[in-house]
Amino acid sequence: MKVSYQWLQEYLDLPEKPADLAERIARTSVDINDVYSPSDGLTKLVVGFVDSVKPHPDSDHLTLCQVNIGEGKLVQIVCGAPNIQANKNVIVALPGARIGNNIKIKRSKMRGELSEGMICALQEIGFSEQTAPKAYDEGIWFLPEDAKPGESVFPYLGMDDTIIDTDVTPNRGDMFSMLGNVNDIAAFYGLTPHFKMLPVKENSEQQAEQLIKVNIADQNLAPTYKMRVITDVTIKDSPLWLQIRLWNAGIRPISNVVDVTNYILLKYGQPLHSFDYAKLPDKTIGVRFAKAGEPFVTLDEDERELTSNDVVVTAGDHPVALAGTMGGLETAITDQTTSVALEAAIFDPILIRKQARRHDLHSESSSRFERGINPETVETALNEAAELIAQLGDAKVTTGIVTGSERAIKTTEVPLTVARTNHVLGTELTVDQIAGIFKRLAFEYTETDGEFLVSVPARRWDISIEADLLEEIARIYGYDNLPSTLPAQTSNIGGLNERQHFLRASRRVLEGLGLNQAISYSLTTVEQAQQFEIVRHGEPMKLDYPMSQDHVATRMSLIGGLLNDVAYNAARKQVNVNLYEQGRIFIPTDKDVRPEEQEHIAGAITGQFTNKTWHHEGQEADFYLIKGIVEQYLTNMAIKMQVTYRANSSRPEMHPGRTADILIGESVVGYVGQIHPQMAKEYKIASTYVFELNLEQLVTQPKKERHYQMISKYPTITRDIALLVDEDITNADILDVINDKGGAYLTDVTLFDVYEGAHLPAHKKSLAYTLTYQDKEGTLVEEKVNQAFDKVVQQLIKQLNVEVR
Amino acid sequence: MGLKDKLDQLLQQGLSEVKASSDLEKINDIRVKMLGKKGPITQVLRGMRELSAEERPKIGQFANKVRDELTSAIEQRRNELEQAKINAQLEHEKIDVTLPGTAMAQGQPHVIQQIIDQLVDLFIGMGYEVATGDEVEEDRYNFEMLNLPKDHPARDMQDTFYITPETLMRTQTSPMQARMLETHDFSKGPLKMVSPGKVYRRDTDDATHSHQFHQVEGMVIGKHVTMADLKGTLEVVAQELFGDELDVRLRPSYFPFTEPSVEADITCFNCHGRGCAICKHTGWIEVLGAGMTHPNVLKMAGVDPDVYGGFAFGLGPDRFAMLRYGVEDIRDFYQNDIRFLTQFNQKG
Ligand SMILES: [Zn+2]
Repeated sequence: MKVSYQWLQEYLDLPEKPADLAERIARTSVDINDVYSPSDGLTKLVVGFVDSVKPHPDSDHLTLCQVNIGEGKLVQIVCGAPNIQANKNVIVALPGARIGNNIKIKRSKMRGELSEGMICALQEIGFSEQTAPKAYDEGIWFLPEDAKPGESVFPYLGMDDTIIDTDVTPNRGDMFSMLGNVNDIAAFYGLTPHFKMLPVKENSEQQAEQLIKVNIADQNLAPTYKMRVITDVTIKDSPLWLQIRLWNAGIRPISNVVDVTNYILLKYGQPLHSFDYAKLPDKTIGVRFAKAGEPFVTLDEDERELTSNDVVVTAGDHPVALAGTMGGLETAITDQTTSVALEAAIFDPILIRKQARRHDLHSESSSRFERGINPETVETALNEAAELIAQLGDAKVTTGIVTGSERAIKTTEVPLTVARTNHVLGTELTVDQIAGIFKRLAFEYTETDGEFLVSVPARRWDISIEADLLEEIARIYGYDNLPSTLPAQTSNIGGLNERQHFLRASRRVLEGLGLNQAISYSLTTVEQAQQFEIVRHGEPMKLDYPMSQDHVATRMSLIGGLLNDVAYNAARKQVNVNLYEQGRIFIPTDKDVRPEEQEHIAGAITGQFTNKTWHHEGQEADFYLIKGIVEQYLTNMAIKMQVTYRANSSRPEMHPGRTADILIGESVVGYVGQIHPQMAKEYKIASTYVFELNLEQLVTQPKKERHYQMISKYPTITRDIALLVDEDITNADILDVINDKGGAYLTDVTLFDVYEGAHLPAHKKSLAYTLTYQDKEGTLVEEKVNQAFDKVVQQLIKQLNVEVR
Repeated sequence: MGLKDKLDQLLQQGLSEVKASSDLEKINDIRVKMLGKKGPITQVLRGMRELSAEERPKIGQFANKVRDELTSAIEQRRNELEQAKINAQLEHEKIDVTLPGTAMAQGQPHVIQQIIDQLVDLFIGMGYEVATGDEVEEDRYNFEMLNLPKDHPARDMQDTFYITPETLMRTQTSPMQARMLETHDFSKGPLKMVSPGKVYRRDTDDATHSHQFHQVEGMVIGKHVTMADLKGTLEVVAQELFGDELDVRLRPSYFPFTEPSVEADITCFNCHGRGCAICKHTGWIEVLGAGMTHPNVLKMAGVDPDVYGGFAFGLGPDRFAMLRYGVEDIRDFYQNDIRFLTQFNQKG
């Protein structure tokens, strides 16, 4: 709410300047969006008296004005406004002035005539189109007749005020009014407010209830509904003081009746609605749910189709207002209005909130109804509005209020002890200190032996339990004054559990291996959600009401997101990308049951893994590089069972000849490979190598224990062997035979060369291995090694038809 | 010429040859020639048989002296030449040490992960356990158990991706409050937990909004946990993240699951409180929300609010990262531009 400092000063003797007051409000009541003066950034704007006006000799729309700016002699200003008149006070921007949008005014010649400044419209001195009065949309603004030429215009327009723009939380609806602000500021400064209420003088003998009836069938919709009728009203502009109150609060002045309702809304937080009495098609007012599809034209001339959850105010059965949100065009106040039916009500907050959302009509009214209305001031507000309309519109207030429903004004009794207060807040407050806070808040209470019973007034409907009172005490006492401690030492031992530790270690290992952690979107397209799964699961889980087409389903693999990242980089000419991601995938189970969430880890590399430099070739991403990363990762994670890699040519997103499933025992825990060239094309990326592992399966695997193995002091003996084999025999096939038949002393087999191509028979390749033998108990004799080696060679020949080269 | 003179002549000749020699090969030749079995000194010594018993030891001694002197001269010269050879070699091996080193592959944790890890480690140090929850939650835990019944206005503030009327993408990490309260065994002591993770809101992505972001939730519930404890804890967090020269202020706020509720601000690190665009001219920057756990939340989780109480807080690593590093667009965190990711590589 845009709270005027000057208006506050009418009710409180404020001890601090606006900026300091705002800081106190922020620390004690509600947050502050901004503190500003309407005159910020504006200079040299003075009152000018237009002495005479004559047409510009060289233009059909410009005029030459001789203007008294309080300097004895008149100055000439060229003006283009159609409504310029002599003998009026206007806003003059002197040469050197800064006006709205940071425009600087200079002495100038306009079509040959000297112009010593500019005569301004409100929109030209910082008023927004939404707050400047509509009547002056096309022209300049006239200042009061008694304004003194040469003086600053700011005080005349309320622009010397400071506005404290507060951000009202949902619980503090009371802070949506001047009254609520005055009460809270009085409480934290310890001031006595002198809030002025204007009592009504019913100056017409006519009984309101003979003019209008109110029949609220469902009192849940409108727990309080009251009306007054005002007759013989003259619609005209409001006095300047009232217009200033409104425009400084960001509300556009319209006419006296409407302006009064808005002024009362600001002052009491009570939204009012004024109907043109004569245009009410029936004089019995009701409140009901709208019918589905019922048409209704609101004040903004929008024809809306209502739903059965909308609430309307009716005359007879005819809707005349969208309750608490916006009035109808048909019964709106116009210049011809002579009688006004004035509504002051409390509507159901939830219905109003949903209705305002549904129709995208967040008005000053609806935002107050949503947060609740002070039942104490419904009638006060209605009376004061009626009286002000009578005063400003020379009108008659008919006798009596017509009440359709009325919620009782209740105080709430809340018990609280001093001990409990200090126990929760960590303070050492005394009975007197707490009592003092309740006095400042103007809460009645009784107290015996440190036990309070507090009567919370209805104007603070947010307070109903002990914790609410503790908040009042804490904030008025001041959060700055609370001691600062840490929770008492307990036996809690903090730390990561085994699973959390495994996840963190996984990230560290992959970072150490050169991959950068990416965090991609979990929500993706249905198509992408199904790509690259380790195991197929069918349809992904979908959002009921997505926000964008790109994010409608939960991912079932991390690779798709990483490829989006690679594509994002490629589009920005970043062709060398090394990423990994650790995160959740979502496997749908039965309907209405949450999906199974699995932690996965995946990587994607493309381009140069390490950069080519002046003396180093760099490392190009390829299958064996990403496989090496996976192998090292799995080694570090100490999976006890043997990990094997098995060619899989049937993953549709993957290169059929360059993809391996990763198995632990017989279960597939992930895969590694090159993405299918077709996929790379679709993603608009170069050859990219990926892996994905299901961490759930890794976390639960038995791990190798950390224990020390003594390094044997006995020598090793090695034998190299080069094998010519058929091209479809794999390294794994050969290793299987070697490891199976290698004998007790074989400790290591290392592949050191692979050769395919020229100098070899067709469909053949050559693989070369070093076999290492060692006896950990003693020195190995050559003879034993020769025996073991011969055996392996024989078996290789026998089982795989190899040729030893 | 006597033997002595002969020896002396040999010595002088040897020394001058050694002195003249300029490479190691030559010095080796001199050694073999002069001191070898067929060398002149050996020859001279063979002639000693003809000497008197009186003269023999004198000449013998002198011969040994000559041999020693020559040996040492040769050795010295050899060292000199070896040193010179090494120096020449080193001169030859000289390289431009200002050329760049070999490119290394080293990955970085994501900047948001870094902040989460920093916070988690801070809380572990204070005895907190780490709880990780599911990202797809039940409406009951995400809202109802947190004192947000179906029609609560605060539900509008966080637009929700629903899957079904009862399941949703969690909008906050706060459901872990309810879940931990339900399962914690208070007979074993207070609950102290911190829970980081991803959350989702039905928002249109732009520079300051993201439909996916992160939160870190924290909660301490025991028999005597006070608001002063909350204040002290929040100060520790703010100072860990932003440095201890900045002031922390608490101000009233509203969350359905805490009462009293507060927001914690720190002095704007950009303008140090004078007011600037970053802090919207307030001099303060909001960093987290917190409060004393609402009795309804305790009750619904089966914890007696008359016996137990405490605080909860929630903070946003995305926002912290934006503030701390001046990241202007939240989407940078999720698009993973390699140039963005690799910037955050400080380990010290
Ligand atoms: Zn600042």
